[in-house]
Order: sequence, then structure tokens, then C-alpha cells
Amino acid sequence: MRRDLPMLVDYVLIPALNLLLAFLVGAIVLALIGVSPVAALGTLLDGAFGSLDGLGYTLYYATTFIFTGLAVAIPYQAGLFNIGGEGQAMLGGLGVTLVCQAMGGYSLWLVLPLAIVAAVTFGAAWAAVPAILQVKRGSHIVITTIMFNFLAAAFMTYLLIDALRAPGDPSPETGAFPASTALPYAHEWAARLGLAMEESPLNLSFLVALAAAFLVWLFIRRSLLGYEIRATGLNPSAATYAAIPVGRVTVLAVCLGGACAGLVGINEVMGVLHRLVLGFTAGAGIVGIAVALMGRNHPFGIVLAAILFGALYQGGAELAFDYPQVTRDIIVVMDGLVILFCGALENMLRVPVTRAWARWRTVPA
Amino acid sequence: MSLVDVVSVLAATIRLATPLVLATLGGLFSERAGIVALGLEGMMLAAAFAAACIAHVTGSAWLALAAGMGVSMALSLIHGFASVTQRGDQVVSGMALNILVAGLCPTLGLAWFQQGGQTPALGHGERFMPIVLPFADGVAGVPVLGPIWNSLIGGHNLIVYLAALLLPLSAWLLYRTSFGLRIRAVGENPHAVDAAGLSVAGLRYGALALSGILVGLAGADLSIAEGAGFGRDMTAGRGYVALAALIFGKWRPVPAVGACLLFAFCDALQVRLQGVALPVVGVVPVQLVEALPYLLTVVLLAGFIGAARAPRAIGLAFVKTR
Repeated sequence: MRRDLPMLVDYVLIPALNLLLAFLVGAIVLALIGVSPVAALGTLLDGAFGSLDGLGYTLYYATTFIFTGLAVAIPYQAGLFNIGGEGQAMLGGLGVTLVCQAMGGYSLWLVLPLAIVAAVTFGAAWAAVPAILQVKRGSHIVITTIMFNFLAAAFMTYLLIDALRAPGDPSPETGAFPASTALPYAHEWAARLGLAMEESPLNLSFLVALAAAFLVWLFIRRSLLGYEIRATGLNPSAATYAAIPVGRVTVLAVCLGGACAGLVGINEVMGVLHRLVLGFTAGAGIVGIAVALMGRNHPFGIVLAAILFGALYQGGAELAFDYPQVTRDIIVVMDGLVILFCGALENMLRVPVTRAWARWRTVPA
Repeated sequence: MSLVDVVSVLAATIRLATPLVLATLGGLFSERAGIVALGLEGMMLAAAFAAACIAHVTGSAWLALAAGMGVSMALSLIHGFASVTQRGDQVVSGMALNILVAGLCPTLGLAWFQQGGQTPALGHGERFMPIVLPFADGVAGVPVLGPIWNSLIGGHNLIVYLAALLLPLSAWLLYRTSFGLRIRAVGENPHAVDAAGLSVAGLRYGALALSGILVGLAGADLSIAEGAGFGRDMTAGRGYVALAALIFGKWRPVPAVGACLLFAFCDALQVRLQGVALPVVGVVPVQLVEALPYLLTVVLLAGFIGAARAPRAIGLAFVKTR
């Protein structure tokens, strides 16, 4: 295949320009509500990277977004759009909770693998139903996963109000887990090494997220099943002719996505909250869509995009602190803009850039 | 259950069905023209916000209605720009709109009105109030006719009656006019439409503009007719439910509206069922009852529409053949 554009332009310059466009529109929104975009960018960058605890928060948010980004990216490789990351993450948190409540007093190195297994199983199970319905009954997975987000929210509300709530607690949350199940924080490890680091919620889950991203890359790019998933996504009929069990491969891809989403529970529930709290996912599943699109559904791209969105979240919190008219909703606006410009409109700049490139190449230097 | 209870559940069904019906009809034109209507939720929410803002600022419900329809149409055309002109992924574009609007409305609302993202409550003159039919006082005392005339047939706002009118109108437009034929053709086989010398892009933009107007009405119903102001996430997934109704109705106006009424009936019933002990099962948890419309959507999508065929060219970008 002849390429019109060199790899660098195709994979770096155009996505960067799209991102820039999204940020420009975001700046217009900020100006509309009376916040100077330049000052806001300064606050944002300083809040996200200017201090060690700011960086800790950035990477803590990034941890969750790596999981939800992978939850969108793996099914996308099979040609399906998983919007159910939010609900799958809630169920993953439930799995983590059950393990942590039952395994107080055991070594963390025994509890953590079990909690990971529970998170992965619960997330995958919640994703399995829409996936099977898609394959067997042809019900559109985009709509069923959206419905499953609503269903998961209702289910969690029921559990946390009527079943799992700590006795006498007015708010919908479980009691605190045994202290032995808490994951170590980064600042605790830094202190042990003799380094002073201010407190942040960054915890061991960040390493779990990096490992997950690497394993997903290995699986998708280097295993037979990963190859079958990609073949199914590129051309289902060709995959069928190649004797690939397209239905089974599709369900597997969606379940793996759900499994990754379930791991959000490790970071939020086991790492930071140490209890199950209603609404702990806080829209992370939706951010995952933006992260996956920005990272071009490649695990390493997702890690970078997740760190960028982590910075946006942490910087945005600083922004909300400084300006009364700014809330977390501005981040949701940025999510939407990134999905619009890096996803739906990703080809908008390709034609002019290709033309400019061709002209630049033909002019003798 | 007495007659009064039955009438009140049915009247609530009509009220709850109105935004669903309008959004479903909006989605119908978009999807029959081959453009996935996943942005219904965002368009509806934006229309609700715009209508509430304009109603508060100008005090005119009619201007507010126009603003709601205008904003919804603008979003629909952005979706068109991404899907038709740029040939982008339509599902991604629809989700982008939904998420963008979900963030933008409370952000702008907070900056403009300082009420935590809500718009100020609207007075009676600033919204569409229930219409009292003639002879309402006269029949009020009549046993059966009274409640039916005053609460079921009458007593709704203007947009409810508009929705009832727009169903036959949409069906007529889609099936009995050349514009409707072209819309359906462009969703089935755009190449044939192109070969006939018609503009595929033009027809799709036209369908999307129409879709925007209808969905705008749905949003305005929520904030300036049924409700009195904009609240965070006030569409609460209705855009998705409308899309499900459209699919359940196999992309045909009358069955799709029937599905809307079914969803709305469940919704109306759930308010009644809360805390009531039913025979055999006992008291059903509130959350289960609240989740009923979503559960029903999944069951319906899974169970009965296996054979439903979507418009053939839906979701596919049109590339002119040479």
C-alpha cells in the first residue's frame, strides 16, 4: 500500500492537530464563562505537574483511565463499541469489595491477586450479557451497554442501601475494609526509601494498570487470539471464511474489555476509598472512550492519553478551586470535544494536510 | 384500582410518552436517511437547556421553543457534518455530542445563572401550561366522562397535542411524499439515489435538520412545558430509550410510537408500584421498579426484534462511485 503521508505525519502530527482543535474550542468555552484561557492553562499545568503530590494525583486519575480506555479499545479491535465501561467498573468494584471484606487479616500479596481475579470476573460477566445478545440476537451493543450502565447503577443503589450498607451509616456505602487489605500508597513507599513525597492517592494500582496495558498489547499484537480479534474487526466476512469463530471471538473481546473496566475497582475501592461507595466510578467509563480514541486504541497510546486526561482532571480540580464558575463539568466538555475532534472528525484535517505535504514535497528544497 | 387511578396512570403515560414520541420521530427521519441517531440524548438535553434559558431571559415560551429547536437542529447538523461531509464514525460522533452537551449545559448554566448548573424556575407565563378544554367545569361532576375529559383528553400542554399531531404527519411525510420516498431511498441505497441525479448529502442534511426540529420539541417539552426549568441530566437516558423504541418499532413510525407508549406506561406504573405489596412477590425494591424501562429495553431488543432489518445503508458513509 502506498502511503500518502509519512508515518510521523499520520500518527503524530494529525492527532496532535486534532487535539489542538479540541483545546481551542475548550478555550472558547472557558472565555465564554469569563475565565482567561491562558491563565487557566497555567493553573492546569501547574496543578497537574507542578508538584509531586499534583503529579501523584495526575497518575492516580490516569490509572483509572488506563483501565477504562482499554475497556473501549479491546472490543474496538473486534469492531464493537463498548460504552458499558461505567457499569462494568461498578461491578468490578463490587467484586473487589466482596474479596476485601472476606479476606481481612491475610497477607496483601494473597488478597491482591484474588481481588484482581474478582474484579476481572465481575467486570467481564457484566459485559458478557450485551456481548452475547449482540452475537446471538443482533441487539445493538451500543444501546445494550448504555442500558447496562443504568441497570448497574440501579443494582448498586439497591445493594448499597438495602444489603451492603454498614449498620447505622446514613450514606450509601459499606463499612471500611480491614486495614490489611489497603494497597500501599506511593508516598508510603517513597518514605521507606527515604524520599519525602507529599500525600497523594497514587497507589500500587498504577503498576497494575501499566502491566495490564502491556499484557493487552502482547495479547492483541502477539497472540493467535489477538490476531483473530483484529481480523474479525477488520473484516468479519473474511474472518468467517478463514474459519475464525467470529461470534466467540467477539464475545471474548467484549468480555476482556469488561475485565479491564472491572479493574477500576482495584484503584478506587481497594487503593483509595477502602470501602464501596455509591457512584465511585464518577464517569470514568465515559472518559475511557475519549482516552481510547485519543490513544488510537493502541495500549501504549492509551497510557499516554490516560496521563493527559489525568492531568486534565487534576488540573481541572485546581481550576475549580480557583474559579467559582468552573466545576468538574468543564472536564466533561473536554471529553466531548476530544471525542468529537479526535474521533468523529479525525479525517477533517487529513485532506488539507495531505495536500500541503504533497506541495511541500514537490517544491525542490 | 378505581377509575380515577386508571385515568391518572394513563394521563401520566401520555405526559411521559410525549418527549419519547417526539425524539423517536426525530430519530426516525435520521435513521431512515441512513444516519445513526445516537445523538438524540444530547440534542434533547441541549434543547431543554436552551429553551429554559431563553424562556427565563425573554419571558416568551414561543421564543424559547424556537431556541430549543434551533439548538437541537444545529447539533444535528454538526452530527451531519461529521457523518456526511467528513465520513466520520457516526456512533462516535453521536456519543461525542451527548457527552459534550452533558458537560456544556451545567457549565454554561452555572456561569450564567449561579444556581449550581440549573436554570431559574420559570413562571406560568414563561412556559406552556396545561390546556383546559371547553365544558371542563360542566362535565367535572359527571362520573366517567368527567375525569376522562378533564384529565385524559384535556389538561395537557400544547406540546403533547403537537406530538399527537406530528405522528400522522410524519408517517404521511415518510410514506406518501416524494421527499419521504427519497429519504427512505437514501437510507437503503444511496448509490441509486445518486444515479437518479439527487444529492445524497443534501437529502441527509435535510433529514437531519427535520430530526433536529422534532428532537428540539422533545427537549422543550421537558424544560418549558412539563417541567419549569432546566435541571442537570434532566433527559435521564430518554434519548437512548427513544432510540430503543425506534429499533423495537422496526424503524416504522406507528409501531415505534407504540413502543414509546409502552415504555411510558411502565414508567407511569412504577411510580404507583413503589412501596406497594404485590401478590406473590411482595414489595418490589424501588430500584428494580426504576430500572424497569432499561430492563424492558434490553429484553425487547434481545427477544423480539431478531428479524428486524435496519435501513441497509445505516452508519455507512456514502462514497460516490465513479
